Order: sequence, then C-alpha cells, then structure tokens
Amino acid sequence: MTVASILAELGERFGASIVETHEQHGDHTVVVARDALLPVLRYCREVPALAFDMLTDLTAVDYLKYPGREDGPRFEVVYHLYSLRHNHRLRVKVRLEEDDAVVPTAVTLWPIADWLEREVWDMFGVHFEGHPDLRRLLLYEEFVGHPLRKDYPINRRQPLIGPQI
Amino acid sequence: MAEPTRREFMLGEGAGTGSGNANLTVGMGPAHPAMHGIIRILTELDGEVIRKADVEIGYLHRAFEKDCEVGGYNNAIPYTDRLNYVSPLINNFGYASAVEKLLGIDITERCKYIRVIMSEISRICDHLTCIGASAMELGAFTVFLYMIKAREFLWELVEDVTGARLTISYGRVGGVKADLPDGFAEKTRHAFKQVREVLDEVHRLLTGNRIFMDRMVGIGTLSRDETVAYAITGPLLRAVGVPYDVRKAQPYYVYDRIEFEVPTRPEGDNYARYLVRMAEMEQAMRIVEQAMDAIPAGPINVDFEGRPLDPASYVDQGKQGKTEGLLLIPITLSPNLEGQDRAAQARVNVHDKRVVLPPKETTYGSIEGLMNHFMLIMEGYGIRPPQGEAYFAVEGANGELGFYVVSDGGDRPYRVRCRPPCLMPMAALPRMIEGGMVADLIPTFGSVNMIGGELDR
Repeated sequence: MTVASILAELGERFGASIVETHEQHGDHTVVVARDALLPVLRYCREVPALAFDMLTDLTAVDYLKYPGREDGPRFEVVYHLYSLRHNHRLRVKVRLEEDDAVVPTAVTLWPIADWLEREVWDMFGVHFEGHPDLRRLLLYEEFVGHPLRKDYPINRRQPLIGPQI
Repeated sequence: MAEPTRREFMLGEGAGTGSGNANLTVGMGPAHPAMHGIIRILTELDGEVIRKADVEIGYLHRAFEKDCEVGGYNNAIPYTDRLNYVSPLINNFGYASAVEKLLGIDITERCKYIRVIMSEISRICDHLTCIGASAMELGAFTVFLYMIKAREFLWELVEDVTGARLTISYGRVGGVKADLPDGFAEKTRHAFKQVREVLDEVHRLLTGNRIFMDRMVGIGTLSRDETVAYAITGPLLRAVGVPYDVRKAQPYYVYDRIEFEVPTRPEGDNYARYLVRMAEMEQAMRIVEQAMDAIPAGPINVDFEGRPLDPASYVDQGKQGKTEGLLLIPITLSPNLEGQDRAAQARVNVHDKRVVLPPKETTYGSIEGLMNHFMLIMEGYGIRPPQGEAYFAVEGANGELGFYVVSDGGDRPYRVRCRPPCLMPMAALPRMIEGGMVADLIPTFGSVNMIGGELDR
C-alpha cells in the first residue's frame, strides 16, 4: 500500500475529520481535526496495512508570524510516524487555536509521547490532556513563558534561581 | 534508651528498623564522575536495588532551535556542530540535506561521496568514544586510552579536511565547505590500518573478558516491543534484532550503491549493543573504502594560466580596468580557505546561484560575482527556499537523526526541529535500570551513549 493510497483511505474512512491532505517534497501529510486525532493515530498504528509502529517525532510549530496565516489557527502539533514493517512515513498534523491549545495525549499509543509531549508543553505551552506527568522537560520549573513561541523575544532574561545569599 | 540500630546510626533517626522496608532516594548527578554529560538520575533504592528512577535532563539546553530562527539558513551550521559533538559532520549534512530537500536541489556526485566518507569517519569516532568511555567506567582504562588513540588518528583526518577537530562547520547548504585535500585517500587507508589494529586489540581485551561480560551480559535489557514503542533507533534497536538503518531503509547520498551490512544481535542487553557497535565500525570502514574507490573527480580545472595572484592585487587589477583574462588567473587563498578555489568549488557545490557562494575568483574578479556574493550574504536576501516544510532523516551515530524544517519563503528558517536520536533511549532509561543494581546503572548509561549537546539542544 503506497502512502498516497493511505491518504485516500484515511480521507474515506474519517470523512470530514480530515481537514487536508497533501504531498510535498515526497513527504505525505494529513491534517486532522482535533476530535479525530486519537482515532486517526490509533488507526494508523493498529491497521496491519498501515502499521505505523514508531512515533518518530512529535513537535509543534507556531504560525503566529507566518505570512498569510497570521489570523488562522496559531499552533500546529506535528506527528511524524514511521512503519518498520512497510518502511513508509506519514506526517499527521492537528491545528489549534491560541486560546484552546489542548490536544489529547498519545501516551497510551506510544510511551515515547511522554517526553516528547513534555517538551512541546515546555517550549510552546500546548497542553496535552490526559498526560500522566506534564512537567517541563528541558527548562526549569521557575521559567516564565514558552520560548519557542514566536512572540517570545530571543533576548529575554529569566529570573535566576538558586540558593539565596 | 535503646541502642540505635546500625542503619539509624548511619542514616539518622527514623531511617527505619533496619529491616530494609524504607526506600532511600539517591540522586546521581548532575555532576558525577561516572556520568559523562550533565544529567540527573533520581533513584529510589531498596538496598542496592533500584526500585524507581526518574531522569532529569536539560542542563545543557542552549536554545538551538530558537537560535536557528534568527539567522540565515547557513548560520545554523555551526550550531549543528554542537548537537552531537562527537560526530558533528553527520549533523551538518543532515541539516543541509533537509534544507536542500526544501529547495528541491540535488548536490553533485563528488559531494555525495564526500558526505558519505566524512559521515562514516564520524560514526567510527562516535562508537570509539562510546565503547572507550563505558569500558573505562567498568575499570578497563587501557581500552579507553586505546580507543582515544584510534580516535586521534581519525580526528587528524577530520582536521585535514575541515580545518578543525570538533566544531568543524564543514557542511553547507548545496555542498560542503571545501574539497578533500591532496593525499587524503592514502592517509585514510593508513589511519584505518591503525584503527583496525586497535579494534583487534580491544576485541581481544574485552569481548571474552570475564569481568566485562559479567557486567554487560543480561544487563540493561529492553525488549523488542518496548524499544520500538519508545521509537529507539540506531545501535540500540539493532541490538534487539531489528535491522533498521536509514542508510538501508531509505538510502540517501550514495548509500544504495555501496555494499555494507547492518549488524544485528537478538539479545537487547548492553553486551549486544557493544557487539553491534564494534561490528558497525568495521562496516563504516568498508563504506569509506568503497566510496574512496568510486568517488568521481568531477570537472577538472582547465583554465590555469599565469601565476596565482593574491586577493588584494586581484581586486586592484580589476579596479584599474585590467580585466582581460583576469577571471582565468587562479587566486592564492589563505590556508583556512584551502580547497575552495574555483575548480574545487565546482566539484563539491551545486551550480545554483540562489544557494551557493561564488568562488573567490568570481567574487573578486567580476561585478556579477560580487553582486551574487552580496545577495547571498546580505540580510533579507540569502538562501530563500519556497514556502513549505520538509523532514529529512540521516543515520546518525546514535540512530535516526531527523531535521524538520519549515520555510515561510524568507531568508531565515521559520522553524527548525531536530529529532535527537539519544532522547528516546534516555526516556526509556528508567525501564532499563529499574529492578537492577545501582552499579549496573553505569554500564547501561554508558551503552545508551547519551550526548548532552544533542539531548538538550
């Protein structure tokens, strides 16, 4: 089964929940509505013809300053899937509004989502509903803000922590 | 008053009855002699057995991804050096390839071979460091010294080619910085001969060594299913019997034209990881040897006339209007630009004015070349891929190293995401060490080959 036909099959099966599909530079992408995210991911993982057994990467992009998309949904959470059995890749994206940046967690499907989601929460402030332990991963607890957001200035200073002298 | 138990005496009052019912929380790191790299492992101990572990990372976070967004596309190259600093060349090429995918350009044949050769040399350096360091932590200091000696032979090669040992910044979008130096093939063959001798020595020292095997066999085991579920790639995945290697599964550069094997072991313990790494080094040397035999020479310089000029007199002559034949005269480059003359430039870089700086002869000798140079360097111009996104994966020393680059059509990357291959095994580290002894944490942590620069970015 080619990845192009996977896109077609997903479109058929999930209908209106599939917002968009496209191919670019040889990478196949499917954009899904948030409500359908977990069913789509589960389908991708469990159907033998797809068998995406690896969540290669999970990240987010802040489209706040992207030309032409300033007014659209601000965040995109991006899942890169890979299948060891079929040697194919798929990119699944979900778009989120700024005031409702919440996604259901994928920890139940792939345990690696635990750390990857913690990093996205840390860097973008996207909340993962149902995550067992949503702490910051790379930064420290006292850090204010989410640095990979486009409105976070690169030269902002953060409060120093440590023993008070 | 009752005499305090020995346990209470050692650990303070309320430390339990001595029956061993209370667990003790011990933090290892962030600075610990057996932790190469700053990381903190919080362990809950029952005697000497680790009941629970929590891994805390981020001590080396330098905002790699944010920094990439504020400069031009090539400005991120030095930052990628600092990701996996033991094999920085692979990071350079992985990032450059992701941007090239976005631009839709194909690099020259010679450049593909150079990238393969330099990536594989880096991979050997990485595996040498990993095995050397973890053997040292088990008491085999000799092995560490031998391995570092072998790495030194390879780093001399890297220094010859790139001009630096660690922060090499050798990759460029559209090619590499400079061509290979003269006599590189002979030097490499000589270095490999020495490295093979070292590997043979280490093999005889470690592979059947009773002490080493006692500490490695059956320790730090992770099942196949769990390894896949944690998206672990590279030697750790191949040590559970899955022959996944990006170089084979989705070949890039010229890996599909080269014969090599993907070594696997079924056991999934530290010893299997050691064996896989040892076998991979031999395969990497095989790849380099084949690539050096097959590397094409590329266009040969035919326009050598007159003696080379230094850049200043080149510019002077042009200003005085003596431009006839000027472009045919080669330029004497300073040593740090060696290998970037016009002929070499054409061999290793794509012919695309939107991406690659013109050779120095053209920059100094013609107004078109100067304008081309200027347009690529000036802020707001530079390399501008069309709007879109691309994910490109290469096989790093620790596994699949992926770069996801989003372009908004401007001269700076809108978003650069690095998929660090050693983050996944670190996330699974508690699964490997829970239930084992504290002392077993050391070889397991060593076999994961955590590189702080890549993990924390």
